[in-house]
Amino acid sequence: MPSIVKEENKRLRTSLVDGTRRHLLDVDDFTRDEIDLVSKTSDAMLEVLARDIKKVPTLRGKVIVTLFYEASTRTRVSFEEAGKLLSADVINVSSSGSSVEKGESLLNTVRTLQATGADLVVVRHQHSGAPYFMARNLESMGVINGGDGWHAHPTQALLDVYTMRRHLGPIGGRKIVIVGDILHSRVARSNLWALTTEGANVVLCAPPTLIPQEFLSGQHRVDEHPLSTVEIETNVEMALDGADVVMPLRLQLERQESGLLPTLREYSKMYGITRERLDLASKDALLLHPGPMNEGVEISPDVAHGSQSLIEEQVRNGVAVRMALLYLLVGATKREETKAEIQ
Amino acid sequence: MTKLGHFLIKNARLLDVITGMDEFGDILVDEGLIKHVGAPLRDGDIPERCRLLNGDGLVVCPGFIDLHTHLREPGYEDKETISTGVAAAVNGGFTTICAMPNTNPPMDNAVTIEYVIQKAALAGKARVLPIGCVTKGSEGKQLAELWEMAQSGAVGFSDDGKPVADSHLMRQALAYSSGLALPVIQHSEDLELSQGSPVNEGWISNRTGLRGWPSVAEESVIARDIALAELTGGRLHVAHITTSGSVDLIRLAKQRGANVTAEVTPHHLTLDERWVLGHDQDGPINGPLGLEAYDTFTKVNPPLRSREDVEALIAGLNEGVIDVIATDHAPQTVIDKLVTYDDAAYGFSGLETAFGLLMTLVHDDRIDLMTLVSKLTVGPLVVLGDAYSDLATLRKGTTADIVVFDPNKDWIVSSEEFNSKGKNTPIEGVRLKGKVVMAFVGGNLVYEQEKLDE
Repeated sequence: MPSIVKEENKRLRTSLVDGTRRHLLDVDDFTRDEIDLVSKTSDAMLEVLARDIKKVPTLRGKVIVTLFYEASTRTRVSFEEAGKLLSADVINVSSSGSSVEKGESLLNTVRTLQATGADLVVVRHQHSGAPYFMARNLESMGVINGGDGWHAHPTQALLDVYTMRRHLGPIGGRKIVIVGDILHSRVARSNLWALTTEGANVVLCAPPTLIPQEFLSGQHRVDEHPLSTVEIETNVEMALDGADVVMPLRLQLERQESGLLPTLREYSKMYGITRERLDLASKDALLLHPGPMNEGVEISPDVAHGSQSLIEEQVRNGVAVRMALLYLLVGATKREETKAEIQ
Repeated sequence: MTKLGHFLIKNARLLDVITGMDEFGDILVDEGLIKHVGAPLRDGDIPERCRLLNGDGLVVCPGFIDLHTHLREPGYEDKETISTGVAAAVNGGFTTICAMPNTNPPMDNAVTIEYVIQKAALAGKARVLPIGCVTKGSEGKQLAELWEMAQSGAVGFSDDGKPVADSHLMRQALAYSSGLALPVIQHSEDLELSQGSPVNEGWISNRTGLRGWPSVAEESVIARDIALAELTGGRLHVAHITTSGSVDLIRLAKQRGANVTAEVTPHHLTLDERWVLGHDQDGPINGPLGLEAYDTFTKVNPPLRSREDVEALIAGLNEGVIDVIATDHAPQTVIDKLVTYDDAAYGFSGLETAFGLLMTLVHDDRIDLMTLVSKLTVGPLVVLGDAYSDLATLRKGTTADIVVFDPNKDWIVSSEEFNSKGKNTPIEGVRLKGKVVMAFVGGNLVYEQEKLDE
């Protein structure tokens, strides 16, 4: 390989633990300590959520903007709620009804938001990497990735890990099976990083057309690969055997239209998580789903609303985890004095 | 044109692939022609009012010929004009460039071909040879008027930027153009397989969540086109090959005696897909992504490939499987790149960095200097034909299209200093070794980076 040398950008390792992290773009650089800190802080936030008057003044005077270029219910609402419960001013911008409709570029939009004095923007964008592009062009405003293309959805991964830990304790060595459209899933990608950092055994299960070629051909199974422990199993019954956590992913109609699948019907028969299939997992296995669900496709209604389902708890935990993240990212400078307010 | 005069470059290394010359000596340019090349001229033989240039440590060779340049005019003058494009060309040592026809309107008829030729004549500096569209509007539906464009000066045909996808139409294009003895230059991309994706399919696409452009999308089109070239006897030139499998296919085609040639770009020979992550080939492929990831200046079509592909391309160059190095100079505005990776325009502004990048291969002992010069001078004749061979030699009496370069000059890429309007380079700030310092076209001094007067 020719030796073209690029001046490396001096990259300092940032962390939530010492308050140096400004952006949350993915969990690929999260340490166990940071995941622990998020979990511990989320515990405190859950207590706030359980109160009669669930509001604390932690982020009073801070401005948080949610900027969503794609539809979202739970992520946007939970960020808004999280910000408001912490007394931040939360402003919601969506692509319709804003200057985005007039063709304002992403760069100009976020620089405008920064100029208004916003402290943090939560962005969802259909293009992978959009939050990175934004963050490197901003000086004072932090960026939280609320989902970018097929790439990452870090707050979802953190709330999933948090939910699993609340029920299982440490998840190192636990078998976690993600079933569905891995190829197009930012949820799966971020979960891969968070779960492997925690030492879980992750199994990806899907028809071969929905698994990245690299995983299919086993190119990741080498020591130096950070995801070398991830297993691929296209047979759902084999994958579910003894699983501690089962996480079906939403299957979009689009996949049928683009020829990756014959029909949703066949997918449902082959991979849908039904009562019978869930019984192949370990007794009391946890069922998670990042939502929104296509009931009757990747998951049957009785399972979705059954006793093993943590789907609604995920949503509630999502608010707590996002409160924790807002606090750790924006409130970090005032951390000591606000600790008392929360506890 | 100005500055036509006598020039004597003394004591330089003279490289000429056609004559096999590689020696130290003098070269005299007079009245547009090479009047002397070789042994040092005696004082008595030096013409009056001749500018004497010290060639110590410098190399003189025929001017470089670029088979693949996007000049953007007419239609996209915010990205480049013919005038800025030729200025960029000579800055990079290219004295002849072939203009790709994906302008607006596209160069799919004699009138636009003539327009480009006329604008280029006004601009001076480099020679511009237009390439016409294969199909009307590059739409891939109906053959363009190839004969008439050839009459007007088109040197080949290409729908570059897009493939000629329809197999039947590609067959007709090769057959029809064979009667004109001109090549069809194919941008090999099966759009159904590539899905217009921005990066190489593999770990980088999986890691970034960017859609992946698989190697097979290039190779399947090359395989088909080779078969069609064999069937029709047409001349196929494969533009910018990027994969190890493509090298294998071209090798096999040549062994079978097919009328097939291939080019590779400087960037596909020197940069790999890791640059998408915002760092160079020694950066971690598996580490966390930093703010520098998704560097839109690395977006190019075909995409930067794996290091195995880069190695195969270098081997293919040395082996003679790949005939030509061509820049695929694709200037874009800054706004075209200051967007998300998916939204960013494809392409590198390549004319002014090509030689410096390629010299890395020489300094790393991956190719020798004569091979490099060969791929930039006589290589392009496989497409242009021997009618242009005077432009690719230092032989006495031929046209003085000459480039002078300092193989050891250190410099740092700064797009601010480009003559090109396109500041879109993935190697901004990179230190390179080897730079063109002078260029002559038809005996005119068209580029002079530093005064070498004695």
